[in-house]
Amino acid sequence: MNAELFFTNLPALLIAMPLFGAFLTPIFGRFLPKIRDAWVILISFATSVVAQLLAAQVYINGYVMYVFGAAPGTSAIPIDSGGIPLRILFNIDAFGAFMLVSTAIVSFAVILHLTISQQKRSSLSEFYALYLLLVAGIFGMVSTGDMFNFFVFLEINSISASALIAYHRNGALAAEGALKYLIVNTVGGLMILFAIGLLYSQYNSLNMAIISQNISLTTLNLLTLVLFIAGLATKAGIVPFHLTTPDAYSVAPSGVTTLMIVASQAGLYGMFRILFSVYGGVFTSVIVGWIVIILGVLSMFIGVTMAIPQKDIKRLLSYHAISQTGYMLLGVGVALAVLGDVTLIDSFGNMAMKGGLFHIINHAMYKGLLFLTVGAVIYRTGVWDLNKMGGLGHKMKWTMIFFLIGALAIAGIPPFNGFASKLMIYESTFAFNPIIAIIAMVVSILTLASFMKVFHSVFMGPELLEYASVREVPRRMLASMAILAMFVIAFGFVPDLVVDMLITPVAESLFNQGQYIHSILGGGL
Amino acid sequence: MIANYSFVAVALLIGISFAIILLKRNMIKMIMGLGILEGAVNLFLVSLGYRENGIAPIFTSAPADMTMVMPTVQALTLTNIVIGVATTALMLVFVMFIHKKYGTINANEIRRLRE
Repeated sequence: MNAELFFTNLPALLIAMPLFGAFLTPIFGRFLPKIRDAWVILISFATSVVAQLLAAQVYINGYVMYVFGAAPGTSAIPIDSGGIPLRILFNIDAFGAFMLVSTAIVSFAVILHLTISQQKRSSLSEFYALYLLLVAGIFGMVSTGDMFNFFVFLEINSISASALIAYHRNGALAAEGALKYLIVNTVGGLMILFAIGLLYSQYNSLNMAIISQNISLTTLNLLTLVLFIAGLATKAGIVPFHLTTPDAYSVAPSGVTTLMIVASQAGLYGMFRILFSVYGGVFTSVIVGWIVIILGVLSMFIGVTMAIPQKDIKRLLSYHAISQTGYMLLGVGVALAVLGDVTLIDSFGNMAMKGGLFHIINHAMYKGLLFLTVGAVIYRTGVWDLNKMGGLGHKMKWTMIFFLIGALAIAGIPPFNGFASKLMIYESTFAFNPIIAIIAMVVSILTLASFMKVFHSVFMGPELLEYASVREVPRRMLASMAILAMFVIAFGFVPDLVVDMLITPVAESLFNQGQYIHSILGGGL
Repeated sequence: MIANYSFVAVALLIGISFAIILLKRNMIKMIMGLGILEGAVNLFLVSLGYRENGIAPIFTSAPADMTMVMPTVQALTLTNIVIGVATTALMLVFVMFIHKKYGTINANEIRRLRE
């Protein structure tokens, strides 16, 4: 009985658990400071487990629809409402579950890292509370079936992320980065709210399924789509809305930056959800697909060319994050361009979609790994400047190995996971338009060059005198990197298995708009 | 159609707020611009919910022949006001830190993050 209660209410626990943890953390910090870190790790682990269980449920059943404030199994549409869902809904399909998996893994690795790297800083209880709030925001964004809920979780995400960026400031740099990030994201968020208002005025509902059932391609809806894409691209850090991303990423503590990678991918999730599940069926031309492809190619190219001359190691990694986001847009954009043409989808659209989606989780893993290793280096040396580092490989062997794994994965070298998804994107894009595929490969080579430079200047060379006292980082920090490194290697060795089990249901649920509508309007769990 | 004038006001306010955010270099003014943008979106949402001769949806002792207004947009507006207060407060805190360290609130003078 109790187990059943637990399993039917997983979507509520997904949000309640981190919020409950965030509420109790300052209380623990005040009265029982010794067990506070253990409590934060425990609650983060429990939240990850809930997310994984929920994801498993979704992969088994196809979708999970949860109606808040009603008995399990209640229909989303009350009988006397005239066909309009009034209740607050969580609708988690395979895409949401997929994002839950990657967020759960990364957020747990991050808290292991943060409890060491921030150890000596002040007022940690509230810092951890904000971390849990950010996790709740990401989970909410990827599970909700309601436009306005999406906006609220997006704002929770932006506010807690910017507070985390500036929490342990060095000078006013962090405050500056956080202010830029928050201003830009608030403007983006308000654009999204305006777009939601436009949709509500036409369809009298905030529910994504109702809107997608009734939507048509009018001028007003195109304006709405532009507002949505601009707002969500701001969140995801896509060119031309990328300007604040490196500023914010480079000044935040490395663990926070890692979590912000996943937070920005929740923005990407929103964008794909709007494009496929809400609009999907109404696109008659390839223009929208091409716009997404062009945004992707621009992000890829501008990101990598800005990354190469950077001297601040975290700024360099941030520009690479923009560049990698371009690959995801490219893969999914190709699929969007051929949407509706069954033969083209079968020949390469499906693979492009899978490649783009696979790259999302791969990027979360290897870019997270890279930020955590860089965080470890900064934790021991306190230096950001690439020119001042050197010879750290003698002292920090494990960190060096983990960095190398991440660097090879991001550059798309086999047998790591970056190669698997990039290969899928190259192959499918080549069939669509060879020039774009060539650009993607060139960007990959530039990425490799850039990371070889970083690897050489941080870890190689003779031991430097000023780093004589540097030691390997504590075990818990190594464990956080090992978790992500394990996934980078595992996904690289058995990509077919991962694609079949994790990615294919996601691609199917995005292509199949009717299934998404049915999952909300067709009855309860 | 008096009800439509509010949409004109929304368009004007959005224009003004974007002009302020993009053109002003004083960070406090930029935050004020964001406040105006938020007000414009709130006004837009509330105007969507307006129905002529509608009454508040309180069922007790409501006359039978009255049109009741769906209160969704009012709820959205309230939520957005709360979110707006949180964001504004946080942004002002950041400006405070920046002023403490650099002694200025002019966005052109503080760009240390540009390489």
